[in-house]
Amino acid sequence: MDKKIRIYSTPTCPYCIRAKQYLKDNNIAFEDIDVSSNEQAGEEMIEKSGQMGVPVLDIDGQIIVGFDKARIARILGLSG
Amino acid sequence: MYDLIIIGAGPAGITASVYAARKRMNILVIAGDIGGQAAWSGDIENYTGYQFVTGPDLAAKFEEHMRRYRIEVKESEFAREVKRSGNIVTVKSDKGEYQARSAIIASGKRSRELNVPGEKEFKNKGLTYCATCDGPLFSGKDVAVIGGGNSALDAALQLINIASKVYIVNTAAGLTGDEVMQEKIRNAGNVSIFNKTSVTGIFGEKMVSSLEIASQGQSRRLAVQGIFVEIGLIPNSECASGVEKNERGEIKVNSRNETSVEGIFAAGDVTDVPEKQIIIAAGEGAKAALSAFRYLAQHNF
Repeated sequence: MDKKIRIYSTPTCPYCIRAKQYLKDNNIAFEDIDVSSNEQAGEEMIEKSGQMGVPVLDIDGQIIVGFDKARIARILGLSG
Repeated sequence: MYDLIIIGAGPAGITASVYAARKRMNILVIAGDIGGQAAWSGDIENYTGYQFVTGPDLAAKFEEHMRRYRIEVKESEFAREVKRSGNIVTVKSDKGEYQARSAIIASGKRSRELNVPGEKEFKNKGLTYCATCDGPLFSGKDVAVIGGGNSALDAALQLINIASKVYIVNTAAGLTGDEVMQEKIRNAGNVSIFNKTSVTGIFGEKMVSSLEIASQGQSRRLAVQGIFVEIGLIPNSECASGVEKNERGEIKVNSRNETSVEGIFAAGDVTDVPEKQIIIAAGEGAKAALSAFRYLAQHNF
């Protein structure tokens, strides 16, 4: 079953770019939420992750702070 | 047993890996992240061949180039110790132990920390070392930039358009960054500068709510929600414990990128080579790989 993935990001953050590229390379659909232009989404991200660094990934309610490739791969069942 | 272990995958490490792969050396790359500081750079306009490229784009090109060769890369892995005994170099990381006939240390630099109470607790909870990444989250808030050099002023200039109020806290008698940037800062209506002032503590509950600063024995608190630390860089040279370094902790290398230990080479920002630039780090990486190749050819280990 496809998992619902949201990425909270800013356009200028290198690890946000890398995280999104990683998902694209693996043909995984995600919703990109730009917290620099959406203050409410920024609050939501801080609420969910308890911190203010981007990116934050929400994979079916599992919160990952930063581009933690190994953990993302594990949750999504990717080979790395 | 590898021919060569490369520590770091910034411009120096990646270029070294490409050169070594093209010499058909059997190599391993151990890197905390790919792209190094280049991946964190904003706009780059001085890398030959690219009149304009962003840091993340250039880093992606570097990585693509490295991946073209079948190079074994251990990502998110940090080298803790590089040691030579007999003719073998042993690299211990946080995840394993590897052996090679030679090594190149290209582990770059990282942000210097303040070392004040509250810094660790509030990292990413209002305190950040990357204004480019996290700046946009502080829209309409009051923030402080710590430092007075180019990177501090660069951060402050990004923040004056986002935050409501920007404090600059600087230990020197005045700002030291480029005059062009200083002028923009002076002309901004929402900046206050505290010179000869140091940070003594960071406070808050879940997130940062204030900063304690001290000047000439006088302490005061600034109510801020964001703190951007931009007080320079330190070399990631701790793993090279047996290798000679300068007073800044940079690994000493000669013009062939040899360190004081035979078989261990170093390249890029972690070394004492003057000028820290992407193009220089890349060139140094190439030199180091060719030196390592020559070294292995001369010694029949």
